[in-house]
Amino acid sequence: MFTPHTQKDVEVMLTSLGIEKIEDLFSVIPEKFRYPALNLPEQLTEMEAAADLESIASANGSTKELLSFLGAGAYDHYIPAAVDNLLQRGEWYTAYTPYQPEVSQGTLQAIFEFQSLICQLTGMAVCNASHYDGATAAAEAAILADSHFRGKRKKFLVSRAVNPQYRAVMRTYFRPHDDIQILGDDQETGIDADMAKFIGLIDKDTALVLVQYPDFFGRVIDYKALIDAAHAHGALVAVATNPTALALLTPPGELGADIVIGEGQPLGMPLSYGGPYLGYFAVTEDLLRKISGRLVGQTTDMDGNLAYVLTLTAREQHIRRGKATSNICSNQGLMTLAATIYMTVLGKEGFKEVANLCYQKAHFAADQLNQVDGYQLAFADTPFFHEFVVKSERPVAEVLEWLREHDILGGYDLGQDYPELENHLMLAVTEKISREDIEFLTAVLEEEYHD
Amino acid sequence: MKYPQELKYLSTDEWVKVEDGIATIGITDYAQDALSDVVYVEFEIDPDDEVSAGDSIGTIESVKAAAEVHFPVSGTVLEVNEEVVDTPEILNQEPYEGGWLVKVQVSDESELDALMDAAAYEAYCQDR
Amino acid sequence: MTEPTIFEMSSPGRRGVKMPVSDVPEVALPKGFERQELNFPEISELEAVRHFTRLSQLNHAIDTGFYPLGSCTMKYNPKINEATSRISGFANTHPLQPEDTVQGNLYLMYELQKMLAEIGGFAGATLQPAAGAHGELVGALMIHAYHKDRGDHQRVRMLIPDSAHGTNPATSAMVGFEIVPLATDARGNVDLENLKSLVDDRLAGLMLTNPNTLGLFDENVEEVIKIVHDAGGLVYGDGANMNAILGVTQPGKIGFDILHYNLHKTFSTPHGGGGPGSGPVMVAERLLDFLPDPVVGIIEEGDDENPPLYGLVSPAKTIGRIKAFHGHFGIHVRAFTYISMLGAKGLRDAAEKAVLNANYMQEKLKGSYTLPYDRSCMHEFVLEGFWDDVPGIQALDIAKRLIDYGIHPPTNYFPLIVKEALMIEPTETENLETLDRFVEVMLKIAEEARTQPELLKNAPHHAPIKRADELKAAKELVLRCYPKY
Repeated sequence: MFTPHTQKDVEVMLTSLGIEKIEDLFSVIPEKFRYPALNLPEQLTEMEAAADLESIASANGSTKELLSFLGAGAYDHYIPAAVDNLLQRGEWYTAYTPYQPEVSQGTLQAIFEFQSLICQLTGMAVCNASHYDGATAAAEAAILADSHFRGKRKKFLVSRAVNPQYRAVMRTYFRPHDDIQILGDDQETGIDADMAKFIGLIDKDTALVLVQYPDFFGRVIDYKALIDAAHAHGALVAVATNPTALALLTPPGELGADIVIGEGQPLGMPLSYGGPYLGYFAVTEDLLRKISGRLVGQTTDMDGNLAYVLTLTAREQHIRRGKATSNICSNQGLMTLAATIYMTVLGKEGFKEVANLCYQKAHFAADQLNQVDGYQLAFADTPFFHEFVVKSERPVAEVLEWLREHDILGGYDLGQDYPELENHLMLAVTEKISREDIEFLTAVLEEEYHD
Repeated sequence: MKYPQELKYLSTDEWVKVEDGIATIGITDYAQDALSDVVYVEFEIDPDDEVSAGDSIGTIESVKAAAEVHFPVSGTVLEVNEEVVDTPEILNQEPYEGGWLVKVQVSDESELDALMDAAAYEAYCQDR
Repeated sequence: MTEPTIFEMSSPGRRGVKMPVSDVPEVALPKGFERQELNFPEISELEAVRHFTRLSQLNHAIDTGFYPLGSCTMKYNPKINEATSRISGFANTHPLQPEDTVQGNLYLMYELQKMLAEIGGFAGATLQPAAGAHGELVGALMIHAYHKDRGDHQRVRMLIPDSAHGTNPATSAMVGFEIVPLATDARGNVDLENLKSLVDDRLAGLMLTNPNTLGLFDENVEEVIKIVHDAGGLVYGDGANMNAILGVTQPGKIGFDILHYNLHKTFSTPHGGGGPGSGPVMVAERLLDFLPDPVVGIIEEGDDENPPLYGLVSPAKTIGRIKAFHGHFGIHVRAFTYISMLGAKGLRDAAEKAVLNANYMQEKLKGSYTLPYDRSCMHEFVLEGFWDDVPGIQALDIAKRLIDYGIHPPTNYFPLIVKEALMIEPTETENLETLDRFVEVMLKIAEEARTQPELLKNAPHHAPIKRADELKAAKELVLRCYPKY
């Protein structure tokens, strides 16, 4: 399959090599390990494979058939048709990393535009060509801080209101390093919006303070006191963000963040069961040299014409090898392109419209749910963006099951990650949800309560 | 290529000059030439740090390469040349003068005995 | 060429895609958090489409021409992969849906874990790693966890051959291992004497790329592995070059303990201009418990009437989560499609043709270019990109001159142990005419180097740009187009 060799071609090639059969090229492999019988399914033609994959996919229920209020890190937004149409050009997706700038100006300029858009969105000076996802970007923020302080500061404070998966990934990355402490996300420190206990943990040994904005529960919290406290102790502050929310909210750069990271999936990437997405990673001018991953810069060619290249590559693993701070060797190329096209075709107004619709509909939904018997809006005094938490009188598992019977994915059961939030359900509302959808949800919940 | 007589050299292309127990340390002409245009210098130590021979001073980056620079002697860091951070091209222009990197109060001058003199270093470079 | 940036194309008031008006009552934005301005571009949809179309045309891609980039396996990316990954039932599933609503996804991942393990000769696999380097990190973390679990805290040394890719030492350093360089012998194999002198009870493991970055299968691989195992170390296989041995041999059976694949190299998923990759990691039996959390397993066995129930399970001694959600699922669908279409027969055919193509070109070129390790190669080979009689010409010049002939340059300046390296990998999907033309062009360039060296020094002449000023880019850092921030 996909090998164009005719019998005659093979003969010509074997003759030029002076051998009789292709197998002779593999005689270096110990004979007892050569040509194993692999236990794999029989090969399929394209038509059969297409049908097989359709059949596998049909065992899923997708957000096309189910009304979904699931968020918790991945959001079901409308993707303008131009995004995927352009992405499917072979010149984009069958190109490699732009190491040869003369034949990669398209990819390079697109990344440069991505960097520019993310800097604008986050209010930061410098953005790289992306990390794998929001979670690994969070881990890379910690690695950056560790390297910034040359390993001398050992405390990494992470708010409990940061996405639990980000915290888990960060812990995995630092697992072998017994001297590094990741703190601040225990139940005792808590999730209070005033963050008093959390701020109290910051000291001279703190390398990094990581918070989320809006936080995992969708809340928009004022981090000024926290950022001031961190800076007073010389620590760096990283803020994990939702890019859609930043269309409306003061960018973290203006709040004083040193590092801004986030999950780029809302910027034109399908849910695709969790990936591929992208992690954006932006820093202040001061941290420019510490940023890991690829960076595209503008320059000129020998004739003086504008050109783009990968720059500051001496920071990277292929040159620094064991001395590099990160081993990252790719970026989410095609996903950064999706994000760039998404932000461009929506443009200044369209992007704000998306964010505003999410905000308005989420607030309508929260208000409606708050009026359903047996449900009460949690964190009611704290502003939120497009995700919110309701407390249920009944176990969330039962509620979700009931909703499922009505083809509704009701949201995220917070009790899985937060014992203190047992019976708390988190719902996300995007521009794709209509008023009718929200009213259907509340009607079903009413019915269940009175059943 | 310059190999000043009064300096001592390491096979890793650092030079050191000791006067009154104070060592000035930099990278050699050969090293700057091999690196080509230096675009960035990053120090990993601060004044007053206690260092041992072999510890890292920092990293020098050019467009295509990154080189780590090491202390040839043990002692206490007295001064770091911040000028090379602001204008890294000094390292290419005058590696033995304005491009010095750090000054160290030497704790054990006998460590210098193992280093190469100018003639030995020149021969070593020509062999590479 | 100069294509303006999207910011330069912006014109206040111009609109692209519009959103519907809100169907719910308006509420005010949170006080004190309102953003003052958002300077995003304002351009029409058509202008945006033309911009990104024109930009795409400045790229060389597999779909536009030959791409013999060593160690990157730029093989054809079948269009069917793109179609299947976009099937609504895959593309529109949320990663946190209840497991019973995503049995199709879980089945596919479970089967892909099994197929990848079978192809490599291993006991199990994780699909979570997002790229090869990420897979290496998983492998190194598992090696660390394995020794720690056994109380072998003194095992801190990781052996890395001098021919290794930079990610190997970078990964080992991230995990805190002490990196010990391992020499390559005159035939391009691991230097056995050097290896023996480096192993003791401080050995954590060896990271070995086989076939290695010279395109050579290590002639002593069994012995190399035995030496490491006897000293109590584990052997990590960097599977960057697995395309050479698909269906021909199984690294797990030879004794490798861990191996990562690059789905974007070996299993035909697109490189995407630098990503997304996908780097599944396979392990031997004794490491199954250490795999990242979660893996896909069978929760309830099926019977004649019902399929099994698939679900996410946590390995007993897991190193933890390495990525949000489940890895690059969209890439898993593509790789699954590819393997389904090739089967065992097709995989072996792919490897055989990849190796045949490489040997054919090596044979044709070795008279005109120095071949430092002259023996039968695997799927790629490394030439020296310079001649003693043409002192001014470097590998870079040859690489850039190839662009003028519509061919993407080979990997150059890697591996580091070959002077002025040109690393050439044709892949199995290229036909004989393409290989012959490449050979012809390479011979022509060798001639031009002697007769018209300036043609090489100033190349490319027929590309969207001339050679770029990388020093200027690094010194005058312009990293975004909008002046504010």
